[in-house]
Amino acid sequence: MAIDLTDEVVAPAPQEPVISARDVRVWYGTTRGAIRAVDGVSFDLAPGETLGLVGESGCGKSTLGRGLMGLLPEGAKRDGEVLFRGRDIFSLSKKEAYQLRGRELGMIFQEPLTRLNPLMRISQHFEETIKQHEPDLSKDEIRDRALEVLRLMGIPPTRYRSYPHEFSGGMRQRLMIALALVLRPAFVVADEPTTALDVLVEAQIVQILNDLRRNFQTSLLLITHNVGIVAEACDRVAVMYAGRIVEQGRVAEVFKNPQHPYTRALMRSTISLTTTGLNYIPGAPPDLVDPPDGCRFHPRCTEAMNVCAVQNPVDIERPGGGRVECWLVGPDDQIPPGGKQSLKQEELTVVDEA
Amino acid sequence: MRRMFAALAKPFTETTGLARWMLVAGILITAVFVVCAIFAPWLAPYGFAQSSAHGVDFPKTGHPSSAHPFGTDRLFFDVLSRVIWGARTALEVVVLSILFCVVLGVPLGLLSGFYGGALDRVLVLIMDALYAFPTLLLAIVVSFLLTDVYGGSVIAVSVSLTVVYIPQYFRVVRNTTFSAKEATYIEAARAIGARDIRIMRKYLFGNVVHSVPVLGTLNAADAILTLAGLGFLGLGIQSTQAAEWGHDLQRALADAGSGVWWTGLYPGLAIVFLVTGLTLVGEGLNETLNPTLRRRRLLPVVMSQRERTTPVQEEQG
Amino acid sequence: MTRAGSGSLPRYILQRILLVIPMIWVILTLVFFLMRVAPGDPVSAALGGKLNPQALEQRREALGFNRPLLAQYWDYLSSVLHGDFGTTFSDNQPVLHVIRDNGGATLYLTMASFALALLIGIPLGLLAGRYRDSAPDAVIRLFGILTYAAPIFFVGFLLQFYVAEPLGLPTSGDASPITVFEVPTKTHILLLDAVLSGNGTAVQDVLKHLILPAFTLALLICGVFIRLVRVNMLQTMQTDYVEAAEARGLKRSSVTWRHGFRNALIPVITIVGLQFALLLGGAILTEQTFNWPGIGSKLLFYINNRDYGAVQGIVTFLAIAVVVVSVLIDVVNALIDPRVRY
Repeated sequence: MAIDLTDEVVAPAPQEPVISARDVRVWYGTTRGAIRAVDGVSFDLAPGETLGLVGESGCGKSTLGRGLMGLLPEGAKRDGEVLFRGRDIFSLSKKEAYQLRGRELGMIFQEPLTRLNPLMRISQHFEETIKQHEPDLSKDEIRDRALEVLRLMGIPPTRYRSYPHEFSGGMRQRLMIALALVLRPAFVVADEPTTALDVLVEAQIVQILNDLRRNFQTSLLLITHNVGIVAEACDRVAVMYAGRIVEQGRVAEVFKNPQHPYTRALMRSTISLTTTGLNYIPGAPPDLVDPPDGCRFHPRCTEAMNVCAVQNPVDIERPGGGRVECWLVGPDDQIPPGGKQSLKQEELTVVDEA
Repeated sequence: MRRMFAALAKPFTETTGLARWMLVAGILITAVFVVCAIFAPWLAPYGFAQSSAHGVDFPKTGHPSSAHPFGTDRLFFDVLSRVIWGARTALEVVVLSILFCVVLGVPLGLLSGFYGGALDRVLVLIMDALYAFPTLLLAIVVSFLLTDVYGGSVIAVSVSLTVVYIPQYFRVVRNTTFSAKEATYIEAARAIGARDIRIMRKYLFGNVVHSVPVLGTLNAADAILTLAGLGFLGLGIQSTQAAEWGHDLQRALADAGSGVWWTGLYPGLAIVFLVTGLTLVGEGLNETLNPTLRRRRLLPVVMSQRERTTPVQEEQG
Repeated sequence: MTRAGSGSLPRYILQRILLVIPMIWVILTLVFFLMRVAPGDPVSAALGGKLNPQALEQRREALGFNRPLLAQYWDYLSSVLHGDFGTTFSDNQPVLHVIRDNGGATLYLTMASFALALLIGIPLGLLAGRYRDSAPDAVIRLFGILTYAAPIFFVGFLLQFYVAEPLGLPTSGDASPITVFEVPTKTHILLLDAVLSGNGTAVQDVLKHLILPAFTLALLICGVFIRLVRVNMLQTMQTDYVEAAEARGLKRSSVTWRHGFRNALIPVITIVGLQFALLLGGAILTEQTFNWPGIGSKLLFYINNRDYGAVQGIVTFLAIAVVVVSVLIDVVNALIDPRVRY
């Protein structure tokens, strides 16, 4: 999929952000020690806005999505502050947080094939969800609501009483999206919604997600490793590496003028019709139980400086808007003398695909 | 050496909750019986077919007393001794039968899974048919046939049990081999010219051998029940050849009418405890080794102080 | 990729039946050859002491034991296909009659035990799986293991000793002699006959005799059910669709019930049905323990008489019965689970 940098959605008028995340951390408990999957992430999300969260496997983007929803496994801990419409959802009791699900917060998962109960008809899935949150609706009203959202997803009413296994993968994902949106939540996390689907179906789903803003006014956090999708469907993008957001801003701006070496590497490794040779980033993501000192990307960075191995970069504003954390961009006044010299790196062994 | 210990201890150190306690309790209980089995001649006060001592006859169905803590039965035997000797019989039979099963079933399974084809189909059909047979029924039939030839000996009963349980071992090994042989490293080994036997021995065997301990333990539990069942029906080991709990219970059942409880209670409890112990070990192992059921002991997450970032200013441009 | 309606159930049934035919054939062959593994010939073994050599030879001839092995095999197969399971040696009865006369008692004993085991075992297993590692889980699991570990004859022993007398429950036979005398034999199933005869006291008597044996056998089976159901429940609660349901904010109790229990029970139906083999083995032991006049007791009687003909016939019948039941279970499974039919 070629990157299309032409269109930008008209910016909505400045309002209270739907989501305001500050210093979010999600650490997993393991038998070895804590994995710092998300280690200090901050971002805002305006109403009706789509934020793309990109990064390679294991960078923590999925964890961030699940952490926001509260779908973490046993032994995981989260910290930080997430204001949803003014309330900090991280400080709510488990019960209160649970009540937000479905109604205010929605989730679209990656594997549509296994996310629907094989013994229940689609109609029953919808009835169950709608009844749970709006118990006063009549059966007909429930059906109308469901059929309406299904129509927007391109699923005909004749299939309403079918079983999940009677649908293809792409249709099941559309069903999942419909289920997530039927109650009109204000914020939806989509965790790699197209990764399990083939390219043609992917395009359809991306189109649906694109139309989300128009039809539902939902704020969407779109998690993906596919940069092309971000370009197609997102207003802003946040690039994640080793548990931190290294750069974020408007899509067109970030993709045209990437400030962080990792973002630049991501842009270079994307394939389009003009690609002649494969570019990849040598090395592998760091061990998140014991991340490297200083900037987490420095072992793989070709432009690393001495200060990068020693001090964590500071989160500052990018030229062109947005945020970035990289010593190459600044702030210069915080770099000690000698820090700007090129870092002598060890030879990076080419790591095989895991 | 230390690494091997660490690997063996993994079920203990890395699990939590019920599974771990099950394993521990199971091993302890089973150990008691193993000790009884091995040290029976020293632990048991009398022989298993001994009806008198120092010239004095034992009482017939005598109440538990200081001389006979578990009482005596209708054949003048001391119940405590028979319970302890019974442990030896049970373990002998079961260990023998599992040994036969493994020695026969694992290679057959490997060959069948590896080579496939007609051999595989025939073997699978036979094994499935055997497997479909009700366990006790098959054991009864085979014992019935073997009593003509071998009488009620330990070997005969072990062979009966082997016939009954070998399909399970065969299936597990065959299925694991069948799916494992499609792995790319096997293909690679073949590409560099490794001979079949080498492939089976070096690569597949290790994979396959993991499932055998759990199977063996749960199998042992069932085998003891089947052995006792055969003994109860009179098809197993006879009283004078060895002590067997099931057989003793058959006689005890007749005693129930006359208020004699000790001849049945103790052998019965012995069966219950040993089978429970083995089952606990098997289930505990299963829970700890099976990744879908496993509950790991996760180190608690302790987070450092939150480093506050300056409030993020988002412009809309 | 649309498929209308509920799939072709009749075709599935046909497939299943066709698949089971080779299995039955192998079982028949196994039984046939197993019976001839022992040295000497079956007739002498059964009747050696009772008849003189000429009579023995006559018998051998009449029963076909002088024919070549393959011919005997063919005879055996073809007679089974016609529903003829042979004749007993010792009392010269068609095996089918023996089965008919004694099978009824075994039938309603196993069914009563099965029903009891389901009622006890399945709810306990579901609870244990849902509340994993808590106190109820531990207790239930221990109960499940103990009931499996305690042999039927031991439980029977304990019950006879400590329960039967205080409660006045009979521990021997399926009915008192009066009842047997009074109830006319129509279906050969005593319980059914008693009900059909409208004799209230007879029915009560039969039921009273049924309680202890059925309960004993049920305990054994329910232990197995508990373990199987529990594991299924655990795995079901970890599925993707359960997580998705929780992500939609559905109440925990409805998730447990509608997504957990119901889905966990589906594979259980197959597994539960396959316990029929276990049930049969347990029935044999139960019948010996409680003097229950079923097919199990009869089998043991013939075994003690070394009656190969009877043993071969009865074992053949029982083995085929087990296979037929498994096919029925598969069909029931297909009815319930819409995915299976494709």
